[in-house]
Amino acid sequence: MEFFVAQILTGLANASSLFLVACGLSLIFGVTRIVNFAHGSLYMLGAYTGYTFMQVLPGAVGFWTAILLAGLTVGLIGMLVEMLVLRPVYRAPELFQLVATFGVILVVQDLTLMIWGPEDLLGPRAPGLRGVYRIMGEPIPKYDIVLLILTPFVALALWYLIARTRVGVLVRAATQDREMVGALGVNQAWLFTGVFALGSALAGLGGALQLPKGGADLLMDFTILAPIFVVVVIGGMGSLPGAYLAAILISVLNVFGVTYLPQSTLVLMYVVMVVVLMIRPYGLLGREEVAGEHGQVGEPETPIKPASGPVRLMVIAGLAVLALVPVFGSTFAQVLLTDIVIFCLFAASLHFLLGLGGLVSFGHAAYYGGGAYIAALMVKHAGSPMEAAFLLAPLGAGLAALAIGWVCLRLTGVYFAMLTLAFAQLIWSLVFQWGEVTGGDDGIVNIWPADWLNGTTIYYYFALALSVGGIIVLRHVAHSPFGYALRAARDSARQAEATGIDTRRVQLVAFGFAGMMGGVAGGLFVFSKGSVFPNELEIVRSFDALIVVFLGGVKTLAGGVAGGAFFKGIEDLLTRFEYWRLVMGLLIIFVVIVAPEGIVGSLRKAASRLGILKTAEQT
Amino acid sequence: MLEVERINSFYGKAHVLRDLSFSAPGGQVVALLGRNGAGKTTTIKSIMQLVRPASGTVRFDGTPITGLPPHRIAKMGLGYVPEERRIFTDLTVAENLLVGRQPPRAGAPTWTEDMLFDLFPNLAERRNNRGKALSGGEQQMLTIARTLMGNPSVVLLDEPSEGVAPVIVEQMARVIQQLKSEGLTVLLSEQNLHFAQAVADRAVIIESGAQVYHGTLEDLKAHPEIREAYLAA
Ligand SMILES: Nc1ncnc2c1ncn2[C@@H]1O[C@H](COP(=O)(O)OP(=O)(O)OP(=O)(O)O)[C@@H](O)[C@H]1O
Ligand SMILES: [Mg+2]
Repeated sequence: MEFFVAQILTGLANASSLFLVACGLSLIFGVTRIVNFAHGSLYMLGAYTGYTFMQVLPGAVGFWTAILLAGLTVGLIGMLVEMLVLRPVYRAPELFQLVATFGVILVVQDLTLMIWGPEDLLGPRAPGLRGVYRIMGEPIPKYDIVLLILTPFVALALWYLIARTRVGVLVRAATQDREMVGALGVNQAWLFTGVFALGSALAGLGGALQLPKGGADLLMDFTILAPIFVVVVIGGMGSLPGAYLAAILISVLNVFGVTYLPQSTLVLMYVVMVVVLMIRPYGLLGREEVAGEHGQVGEPETPIKPASGPVRLMVIAGLAVLALVPVFGSTFAQVLLTDIVIFCLFAASLHFLLGLGGLVSFGHAAYYGGGAYIAALMVKHAGSPMEAAFLLAPLGAGLAALAIGWVCLRLTGVYFAMLTLAFAQLIWSLVFQWGEVTGGDDGIVNIWPADWLNGTTIYYYFALALSVGGIIVLRHVAHSPFGYALRAARDSARQAEATGIDTRRVQLVAFGFAGMMGGVAGGLFVFSKGSVFPNELEIVRSFDALIVVFLGGVKTLAGGVAGGAFFKGIEDLLTRFEYWRLVMGLLIIFVVIVAPEGIVGSLRKAASRLGILKTAEQT
Repeated sequence: MLEVERINSFYGKAHVLRDLSFSAPGGQVVALLGRNGAGKTTTIKSIMQLVRPASGTVRFDGTPITGLPPHRIAKMGLGYVPEERRIFTDLTVAENLLVGRQPPRAGAPTWTEDMLFDLFPNLAERRNNRGKALSGGEQQMLTIARTLMGNPSVVLLDEPSEGVAPVIVEQMARVIQQLKSEGLTVLLSEQNLHFAQAVADRAVIIESGAQVYHGTLEDLKAHPEIREAYLAA
């Protein structure tokens, strides 16, 4: 019993900073409809700036002042991010802002590294709160008790702001219908900036508050990301009480998990999320999402059409060059190009889902990394030949996608996206923690291709053939009746249903198909590298693919491919420099701002303006 | 007071307003008439810049407002009451009014919450109810009251009589007359000719986004053939 109470108290204390960070994210999403991937970075900045302030400000007063100052500083940084990076892209297609926030993540990572160095920082203890209190005989750190008492007050203050002040009323009104709020004379731009600053400040506070418990390190931006997404989604996007409840639920569960199921702490969180969303699709206290209710109906797209003569010629010429690379290119070029074509296939499979199906998956790495792991596991544990293992990769990935898609497709929009992320994280955590089978963090090594494929050049041709083949198949399906049905389901589910299309089934098949193609890419990947590690399943990998698709252009079929080539090529070029993330991040932000239609979409627009390419209006 | 000059508006490629011009003189009630889909809502949204006209000018008190963001236009004293009402359903009646509140403005009557509750007694009882708990008629009153909280000098009313009970329609007519007596200019989009005739001084008829009649209501009454050609099926 005593132990039980102590566990719960520890859980409640841990919930504190999780709640602050998560409710910032929730607030930002509620008003601006931006899923702020950079929220973890703001949290990290809170920890680092808090650390620095604590170094210069002495004593207990200094400690708490430092925490407040950290929140304030990060709030200001958030404000800058909103004004410089996000404002220019509010009018871009929905979710495009994601890419911008990803650019911010990269920039913040490198700036933090530059300013504070690569060493982990040990968080200073809170002055005067170093010892423990004995509660029913169990030792509880004093700082935990303070956090636990403090959090409800912060929650209360936030609640007061949102529920009782005019600003809060405006925020809630904008959460429902921001266009109408604007038409009533409220400058949305400032409302957005204010909310973004507040949300960022909360993330900063959260980061600084956990310093005595966890310190600061360069990985904390991504470490916190998954838990806060989980909290926000379980609580219900945009609901503060929901976020509080969910933060407590997850933290308490986590504390008990560490005690009773130490191997499955990570898995547990995602299992809870999946279960909650299956019972309450919009979270514990969330509100149902109604499409288009926020006054942002996208402009109609020009219909996609088969490639024209010149484009076809260009593609053929490009392929010919690729086929000739082994003749004149170095081994290094072949290895790099193998990476690129595999990544292009991965991106194209996500593009199929996202562009054609309108199904934004945040967890596409599950199928790519999943395919790679399936093949590797077959080789390692079943001793199966490479060919069989390679075939099982797409099969297994496709089946997994069907199963996951079946659950996720009950939801739409951001909830769908979040649930796909949760499943991807579930798979990642399974692989990560189930060391006996998967090798955990050490991955699976020595997975080489069959003899007839052993060699850089022959494997390059193999990867090229399958990737190009896969992309052609994706294209083909896009132009088939199935592709049209998928687009119909995206544009107007009701009309599609009326014409006899079973939209859910179509979307499910598409999800499975995209997963399968991701699995092909994963299979190609594992045999090209000879090994696979859990990071192929990580959020970062899913984000890579998302960025590539958005940067390439969601509306054009070539988007995934062009984005993939561009991204991988640049990445290879930049990773030779020390601060490549900074450059990459700035580049991403730059592209997002100047080319909101993606690279291919913007090139096409420019071309049609110059009269090189005919637009649909002219034809 | 409000002048619309040769505006053209599009949804994607659909050309919805064609060289539309008319004006609403200060202190008058102008009825914007036309069949379903004629472009009344689009006209009102184009004035408010919620739909951006591709060409043409909208002037408010002689100042061009085309291209300005809607919140600036609202702040200048143009009140917009949307057709779908768009009240904030999770907010209470009082909170909905708070969203609309703007500082007093010279040359326009200043409204307080209490004055609006006098104007719409039903709302007073519902003060602390959430928007989603209101009836259709109450929601219609709330959307007008919310806009009046901004102390506008011109009100754009999009089909206030649509889908509400006859008693409420009568109340709407009284409210519009009161707004006029306070010196407000009202642009009233309507399909209900009977209702328009009860309150309007002038009428503009649009058909397929183009203006086909512009004149006083007496004139329109004297020409049944116009009414037959362009209004009521
Ligand atoms: N968001 C939109 N996208 C595309 N077309 C639209 C959109 N809104 C309206 N339209 C079209 O524009 C035309 C004018 O519509 P509008 O809503 O302005 O008419 P209205 O006179 O207000 O009709 P009603 O009396 O039914 O309210 C119609 O043909 C309509 O189908
Ligand atoms: Mg209308």
